[in-house]
Amino acid sequence: MLEIRNLRIEATSYPPGEPPRDVVLVDDVSVGVARGKVLGLIGESGAGKSTIGLSAMAYGRGGVRLTGGQIVLNGRDIRGLDAGGLRSLRGREVTYVAQSAAAAFNPAKRLMDQVIETCLTHGLMGRAEAEARAVMLFGKLGLPDPEHFGSRYPHQVSGGQLQRAMTAMALCPKPDLVIFDEPTTALDVTTQIDVLAAIKEAIRDTGVAALYITHDLAVVAQVADDILVLRGGKKVEYGSVRQIITAPQEGYTRALVSVRSIDHVEKAEAPPVLSVQNVTARYRGTNFDVLKNVTLDLPAGQTLAVVGESGSGKSTLARAITGLLPPSAGRITFDGRVLSRDLAQRSKDDLREVQMIYQMADVAMNPRQTVGTIIGRPLEFYFGMRGEAKRRRVQELLDQIEMGRGYIDRYPAELSGGQKQRVCIARALAAQPKLIICDEVTSALDPLVADGILKLLLALQAEAHVAYLFITHDLATVKAIADKIAVMYRGQVVRYGAKTEVLTPPFDDYTDLLLSSVPEMRTGWLEEVIAHRRMESAGN
Amino acid sequence: MKIPLSALIGLVLTGGFVFAAVFAQVLAPYPLDAAVGGVWESPSARHWLGTDTIGRDILSRLIHGGQITIFVALASSLLSFGLGSFFGFLAATRGGWIDQGLSRFVDLMMAIPSLIVALVVLSVLPIDLWVLIVVMGLLDATRVFRLSRAVAMDIAVMDYVEAARLRGEGQIWVIFREILPNALSPLVAEFGLRFIFAVLFISTLSFLGLGIQPPLADWGGMVKENKDGLIYGKSAALMPALAIALLAISVNLVADWVLSRTSSLKGGRGA
Repeated sequence: MLEIRNLRIEATSYPPGEPPRDVVLVDDVSVGVARGKVLGLIGESGAGKSTIGLSAMAYGRGGVRLTGGQIVLNGRDIRGLDAGGLRSLRGREVTYVAQSAAAAFNPAKRLMDQVIETCLTHGLMGRAEAEARAVMLFGKLGLPDPEHFGSRYPHQVSGGQLQRAMTAMALCPKPDLVIFDEPTTALDVTTQIDVLAAIKEAIRDTGVAALYITHDLAVVAQVADDILVLRGGKKVEYGSVRQIITAPQEGYTRALVSVRSIDHVEKAEAPPVLSVQNVTARYRGTNFDVLKNVTLDLPAGQTLAVVGESGSGKSTLARAITGLLPPSAGRITFDGRVLSRDLAQRSKDDLREVQMIYQMADVAMNPRQTVGTIIGRPLEFYFGMRGEAKRRRVQELLDQIEMGRGYIDRYPAELSGGQKQRVCIARALAAQPKLIICDEVTSALDPLVADGILKLLLALQAEAHVAYLFITHDLATVKAIADKIAVMYRGQVVRYGAKTEVLTPPFDDYTDLLLSSVPEMRTGWLEEVIAHRRMESAGN
Repeated sequence: MKIPLSALIGLVLTGGFVFAAVFAQVLAPYPLDAAVGGVWESPSARHWLGTDTIGRDILSRLIHGGQITIFVALASSLLSFGLGSFFGFLAATRGGWIDQGLSRFVDLMMAIPSLIVALVVLSVLPIDLWVLIVVMGLLDATRVFRLSRAVAMDIAVMDYVEAARLRGEGQIWVIFREILPNALSPLVAEFGLRFIFAVLFISTLSFLGLGIQPPLADWGGMVKENKDGLIYGKSAALMPALAIALLAISVNLVADWVLSRTSSLKGGRGA
């Protein structure tokens, strides 16, 4: 169906203050996918997976040029097609499912009009026929009330439903090839599994070929037949799912497969450094409690992981502890003393001993300050360090986060994603805290980089005896670093205790759903879980 | 680093204006207010741009007038930026009743056309250079307040500002070290624009007789003095008008360039 041969893709880069130069994004990649088969493209950010995916529509994002090789779709090379040829190709033979459905839908139009739009503009079928097909696809994708689903607006349905609606949109014109670009990355695990199952079933029933782009090997293992592993625009390994997962040949692939296999044995019970008692909180101007009666203990020098899907209140808990959102009821005790509810009333020492690391390191650092200023400010602010002493200590901290020389005078924009997060860690460490709140610190990072950050955090904990309140939605991360776990659901702690205790059955319903939704790195997992759930719901 | 042609033109012209303004006393061939020729003489070797309504050398008055016009415009823009951006940042970072109070006051000020406010105020107060600067600065500060508040609102919700608050930093640090450096590029561009508005404003006031008072010269006043000459086909009134236009264009060319440069600098807020 699709045969890509020796593809080469280039773009012109415009570094500030330097002459523009050509960079090679994809170099000599050859791959093929047959009717009814799914090819997974996997790699970290910048690996060129989306670029290759889009090249299957002979499309290059802003300034990207397809400079070499062949892209043969249905027996003809689409790289040389003119504008008219491309128009009849896109939306008819190839369609595309984007990562963020919420951003890809027009909020002012009903879903049905958007789903059948391509069919109508290409004149593939009449309105009635297209609508009937859309309703059929809605049903196949497991959307509620398929007859009337299309009359809703995008904001009236959930993120997972929107993603499935976009899949319906892509399948509606009966394409030969569908490109899925990270369709489940922005979703919660519990939602992801439904969308994955729906996509897989729809692909099988309609018999299209598909490219599935993702950075999550465990996800792609569920839907793909073959996998192409990419790194820096080059092919690393290409093989069947089974071979890639069970017998990876290349070092990089092996690293991807074994990611998140940090062995962490939970520590023994210890006196708490942080104790949250019956905390209830709501945002100003609302009458809805985002946190309801939350009670937790975090032993000194240990890690408490707070897990839950988006909207469960885990980040709000962090805001309540830091004092950014004063709780309306309850008490927060830190190191034996009660913390003031409001940030403004806390002493400098209270502030120093609770530090925070953010999800997006990009926006957690002032882009106009150098690394030296960013890490040096807490030293100056809390300990009055200046001049040479401060600079020396900053360098020590940089060594601690394994970044070494030469970074102290750089700006955040000159660092990679992982390095940025490391600098944020160093900034938190500079204050010599007893507690660091880590808010989804690894979820914006590539798996291998995230792994490095987790290992660093564990090493620092052993060294500095600092406690972590680790907020995450990723259960693999939790298993890797937690000593205690609190599962949150709709503002309440539904399960709380030592790690092994929380992860051992019997489970409550929600924890069970959450745990069973985490993709496992083996084929056939998705079918097992879905079958298991069907049986259970039939049994009830 | 390569300077685009438009910016180069702007830089040269702006530099020329500033140079002429600073060294006006040295450069001007004749004194500011000496009648050295006939009425409305045409340009000649002795008077490059001709003479005005009472026989004063236009080039000399243009250079002296440029000094005052640019000084008043610059001083009032600096004042308006100092005040406007400080209170704008304060309103954005503090929020609550401080924001409400300041914003509603500014709304009130902006609801009345600034020219009318200036005319009323200046007709009551004694007109000297400093009163002019303060009045213009205050009126313009309302515009700067709106812009800097909007820019700072976007920045104040960034995680690094929250991190600074969590550290326990004071208001002054947050405003000057976290927000200001990131708000600089839109503010610099706005400064170029505001400076030009100030030039136009002072020229308007002078034209209406409420700005710079004779015997001092300024461009707006010169247009007024010589406007009657237009009826007789004399170009005297066009010279200061041309100077205003040229200054406006050249400063804007520079401001555009600064904006495009600073916004890409060090990964700052993109344009």
